Amino acid sequence: MPNGTPQTFMDKVQALDRRVVFLFIALAVAIPLLFNVVFSEQVSPIVGSIFERVDNLPEGSKVLLSFDYSPSTVPEIQPMVDATIRHAATKNLDIYIMALWPTGQNIADETIHRILEPEFPDYQYGEDYVNIGYKSGNQGLINVILTDLKKMYTTDVRGTAIDSIPMMASIRNLRNFDMILAFGGGFPGVKEWVLFAGDPGNVPVAGGVTAVSAPLLYPYYPSQLLGLMGGIKGAAEYEAELMRRYPRFETATTPGLDMMGPQAVAHIVIMLFIVIGNVAYFATRKKQTTGRGA
Amino acid sequence: MERRAIWYLLGFLVVVLAFVVSTALKGFYITLGAFLTLSILSFLYKDNIFYKAAEHLFVGVSAAYWMTMGFWTVLIPNLIGKLHPPIVRPFVPAIADQPANYFYLIPAVLGIMLLWRLSPKGPWISRWSLAFIVGTTAGLNFIRYMASDLLGQINSSMVPLVVLENGSLDTLTSISNIVIFLGVFCGLIYFFFSKEHKGAFGVGSRIGIWILMITFGAGFGYTVMARISLLVGRFQFLLGDWLGLLG
Repeated sequence: MPNGTPQTFMDKVQALDRRVVFLFIALAVAIPLLFNVVFSEQVSPIVGSIFERVDNLPEGSKVLLSFDYSPSTVPEIQPMVDATIRHAATKNLDIYIMALWPTGQNIADETIHRILEPEFPDYQYGEDYVNIGYKSGNQGLINVILTDLKKMYTTDVRGTAIDSIPMMASIRNLRNFDMILAFGGGFPGVKEWVLFAGDPGNVPVAGGVTAVSAPLLYPYYPSQLLGLMGGIKGAAEYEAELMRRYPRFETATTPGLDMMGPQAVAHIVIMLFIVIGNVAYFATRKKQTTGRGA
Repeated sequence: MERRAIWYLLGFLVVVLAFVVSTALKGFYITLGAFLTLSILSFLYKDNIFYKAAEHLFVGVSAAYWMTMGFWTVLIPNLIGKLHPPIVRPFVPAIADQPANYFYLIPAVLGIMLLWRLSPKGPWISRWSLAFIVGTTAGLNFIRYMASDLLGQINSSMVPLVVLENGSLDTLTSISNIVIFLGVFCGLIYFFFSKEHKGAFGVGSRIGIWILMITFGAGFGYTVMARISLLVGRFQFLLGDWLGLLG
């Protein structure tokens, strides 16, 4: 910008303080939350295949849930976990919980206290669900428990010997599970479950991951991965399908669906800023080119 | 300078007052969570002491948490409890009567060798443990990535370009498979550097780079969705749990 040349609107847009963009994004998120903007969701095939698998498992089937995430991704992952755990408990499946991340163990405990205990009082610890907790080793751990789970897990999180837990009597290794549902967004996560359990053990693996990780996992669907919930959109689809098929959950909390309103508005604001930024860029560039030509 | 000091003091008093009032109304943990959230978000305006304090607290708490979890869930039951079970009786009585397994001396020795790195004398000893970790991880990953990522993905890409269902053409699946085939084929052409990208080969290469750009765009879109989700999560906490403004 040559000195003395008056600044046009486009010049000002080009030099816009990034904090103004932050403010607009904050408003785009806060206003739909305050006014409870909720959109309807339709389940996509990649999420629907997980739902159908859980829905069609016979009563008493063994489902392993792996909590491979930390509080930093709870807003994205937890809605999927809540919805699937409700679904599994409604179908009277045996729920086994473990974690490849140390933070996952306590998040799992919190989920049990918040969802399973109050909403499914008939579900008994040790008979219908168990939390065997965290062990280190990442993909090495999966590799070991694929052949011998009790080599790594001697007790559950409550310190009970694994052999004295009734529902662990029928479990020798990962191949004894009817389905593995891994929730995560980093390493180790769903990819490691596919590579080290699903493929070599021929165990159906499905997952729920952060949106950042989702594009890297889509190539595994459908041959190596049963289904995938990608980010909050995947969670919202699962919640919507659960409410549609099981009306008892119409009054349940739906954090995934609640988050899609602010999500959509924020996306529109971001797209507007991208368009305005590009228009301003090309307008000022054209002016500079014309100025040089003259 | 004195005026600035007064402003800082006033600002500090306002923060303390807000903290006390919020604690009285909403409890200590929710107030602390809100205070730390706002401290981190304040970085969007500019770097400041509240952001730095929250960041340091996060790093410290995370390190301590991972260390504690590793000690109680791995070292106690899976190492000490295997080598000498009676010693863990006060913490994990369920495994105190199991027979000792002295094979676990091997990982114990490797672990001690790894920690030798902290010693001023002979830190090179840790390299043996590190070599063991690198070797086993590389071997384990090599086999599984070869089988699942390379061969598995080649297998998944071998799709029929014309899909017939009950004798009639399944148009959508056929188009989907053609896109997969073209995407993989042109993507591979783009990364083939032994032949100049001209003529029909150049067209394939250009389609390949378009496919890559669309992939990066989709990935970036997902990243935006992820970040907004985290922001929505924090706003739900601030507006709902803390201020009670959400229904």
